[in-house]
Amino acid sequence: MIRILSLLVGLFFTAALAWSFGNGAVNFAREGKPATVESAFHEHPKALHLASDGPFGKFDKQQLQRGFQVYKEVCAACHSLRLVAFRDLKAIGYNDDEVKAIAAGFNVPGLDPNTGEANTRPGLATDYFPMPFANDIAARAANNNAVPPDLSLMTKARHNGAAYVYSLLTGYQDQPAELLKTFPDAKTPQGLHYNPYFANLNLAMAPPLTADGQVTYGDGTKATKDQMAKDVAAFLVWTAEPKLDKRNQTGWPVLGFLLFATILGYLSYRTIWAEKKKH
Amino acid sequence: MSFPWANEYKPSHPFMQWMDEKLPLPRFVYNAIGAGYPVPRNLNYWWNFGILALVCLTLQIVTGIVLAMHYAANAGVAFDSVEHIMRDVNWGWLMRYAHANGASAFFVVIYIHIFRGFFYGSYKAPREMVWLLGVVIFLLMMATAFMGYVLPWGQMSFWGAKVITGLFGAIPLVGEPIQQWLLGGFAPDNAALNRFFSLHYLLPFVIIGVVVLHIWALHIPGSSNPTGVEVKTESDTVPFHPYFIVKDGWAVGAFLFLYCAVLFFAPNMLGHPDNYIPANPMSTPAHIVPEWYFWPFYAILRAFTFDFFFIPAKLMGVLAMFGSILIWFFLPWLDKSPVRSGHYRPTFRKFFWFGLIPTMLVLFYCGGAPAEEPYVMFSQIASLYYFAHFLIILPIVSSIERPDPLPFSITEAVLGHDDKAALGTTA
Ligand code: HEC
Ligand code: HEM
Repeated sequence: MIRILSLLVGLFFTAALAWSFGNGAVNFAREGKPATVESAFHEHPKALHLASDGPFGKFDKQQLQRGFQVYKEVCAACHSLRLVAFRDLKAIGYNDDEVKAIAAGFNVPGLDPNTGEANTRPGLATDYFPMPFANDIAARAANNNAVPPDLSLMTKARHNGAAYVYSLLTGYQDQPAELLKTFPDAKTPQGLHYNPYFANLNLAMAPPLTADGQVTYGDGTKATKDQMAKDVAAFLVWTAEPKLDKRNQTGWPVLGFLLFATILGYLSYRTIWAEKKKH
Repeated sequence: MSFPWANEYKPSHPFMQWMDEKLPLPRFVYNAIGAGYPVPRNLNYWWNFGILALVCLTLQIVTGIVLAMHYAANAGVAFDSVEHIMRDVNWGWLMRYAHANGASAFFVVIYIHIFRGFFYGSYKAPREMVWLLGVVIFLLMMATAFMGYVLPWGQMSFWGAKVITGLFGAIPLVGEPIQQWLLGGFAPDNAALNRFFSLHYLLPFVIIGVVVLHIWALHIPGSSNPTGVEVKTESDTVPFHPYFIVKDGWAVGAFLFLYCAVLFFAPNMLGHPDNYIPANPMSTPAHIVPEWYFWPFYAILRAFTFDFFFIPAKLMGVLAMFGSILIWFFLPWLDKSPVRSGHYRPTFRKFFWFGLIPTMLVLFYCGGAPAEEPYVMFSQIASLYYFAHFLIILPIVSSIERPDPLPFSITEAVLGHDDKAALGTTA
């Protein structure tokens, strides 16, 4: 009885699937897969190698400081970093006084101690990086109707995080002529910018890194566009995963201990079973 | 359970004797996972995964309780409270990564545990109840994992919750009210987040309860084994302690090694980047995908793309998705072959290795891929085989197949001869 029922249920599901498959296959044979401009022109991020990569990775603090400088002098005009506090910067090699000075360079929302009215005050080490725009409406108004996303977690919020950020920043170009030939409707709209690394190829962010030497690095590194893009990508790896160093450093002893314990366990297993294997 | 030759618990210390009279807990442990529990001597490594599942469950509960001390189940702050755990709580990043990857590890282990059962016919009499409780555990695990994934309140949390509760919307007439009742609103929001948190904390303890029943039910007939031949004499078994304590022990070590390698060096490998974007009801992600362990069932859900007579495609998909697991409940009665182990079932074995396993791999792959051709066609063929395998092929194969000869006993299978059993000794 139960097997007759199961046969019927089985036939029901398989028939429905065959029906879906048949219809889908016919449509597919007739129409094929529509080619989209994204599938034809979107590019996979370029390779980027950072000191923090891999199980032995460790942040290059010098590079993080350079990246921070790029963020502060360029990106901070539009992008917030709301999960990072100024005090966190100590982890990338700034001392207390430097952190205080950096914080004081930002204006954060405050209250007038006498009247209670909202105002702004210089930041303290305990403050978080402030929002560059009063609200999303202001952000949209200033950015061709797009809100610049918060960058704190950016390198974890995109596939190939750091490489993606690096590629995006260095990937701006003119729209290829063949693109317009094959997809005449796909012309980059007014106010957007063509970038093959962006998911839909056109984004509202104007190229932020426009000239070599846009920032002046204190450590003498030449601030080429490529270098600045790498440095800020490295910095954003840190903002997204500040505990990366500690994680890697903890991982090895843990694995070492587990390996040791497992080998001991295996040897005990062999010893205890030795005579059972024979009779 | 006990075989007559099981070692008996004999407390020697006066305190243990006193304890044994008042509350025989040590005796219970001795008979459950100690020297008092005889286990088939020929269990292979696939039989380690039950204990590994217990390890995972413990790990999830411990890390989960710590996380709950710092997490805030409120749609306004949930995302940031998770980042607070990652950044400011001492070792918070470790707890969170351990819990997130622990869920994946748990499912890896459970899938192996279940497929062990499929191959070795562990679901057959006298272990039907063990199997049924196992399927209940699996369903509870899926519910727990689904609700857990909503808690960080990222983009995938939100849209996953919306899509999955939306499935109930496919039920005719009452679907939409049910969906609203589940969510406590028209879309996932604070009400949904709070109840998911409450249930996510509750269900693991329900799972513990069902696991206790699962193991209780197992200990009545005792474990099966790779030959599928039942235990006959004492030489077929070894006491759980020390033999399986050491075998499980080193397996747990090896498992933790692999788990920690992922946890420390690739903790986001199995996650989706979109869940690091705070939930935003106004912006739909390009591809909404659940966590990897749901992919086979998600592929089945999406395989139904055309209405079947008067049944809308979406409803068919929902029925099939739930049905694909519910049919496991009937497995003990669909597969009537008296031979348990796939080792001695040539036809069954072919369908298992060349049918079911590739099908599951295709479903895994397609469930994570975008809902485009050719993936949809692949998942349709695979889903078709999936249902055919359990509902049509297994019942037919089990009645027409001619099994290979079985060894006389476990001892014979291990040593090549079994003198005692050959003499006709039965106990
Ligand atoms: C003039 C304002 C402005 C500046 C300066 C700026 N951005 Fe942007 N950025 C935007 C806007 C607007 C968007 C949203 C684009 C969209 O969604 O079309 C954006 C988006 C992004 C994205 C996300 C792309 C995606 O995948 O969604 C990244 C990453 C990014 N910016 C990095 C940077 C970095 C790094 C800098 C500094 C070097 C920087 N931006 C400087 C305005 C700016
Ligand atoms: C929380 C999850 C689970 C835990 C902790 C758990 C634990 C265990 C343990 C400790 C055993 C004995 C050791 C072994 O045979 O591997 C066992 C056996 C078994 N489990 Fe599970 N289990 C879980 C989930 C499941 C699920 C989801 C299923 C199937 C749908 C299942 C089916 C079985 C069967 C059939 C056996 C008997 C195997 C045999 O003796 O041949 N279990 N389980």
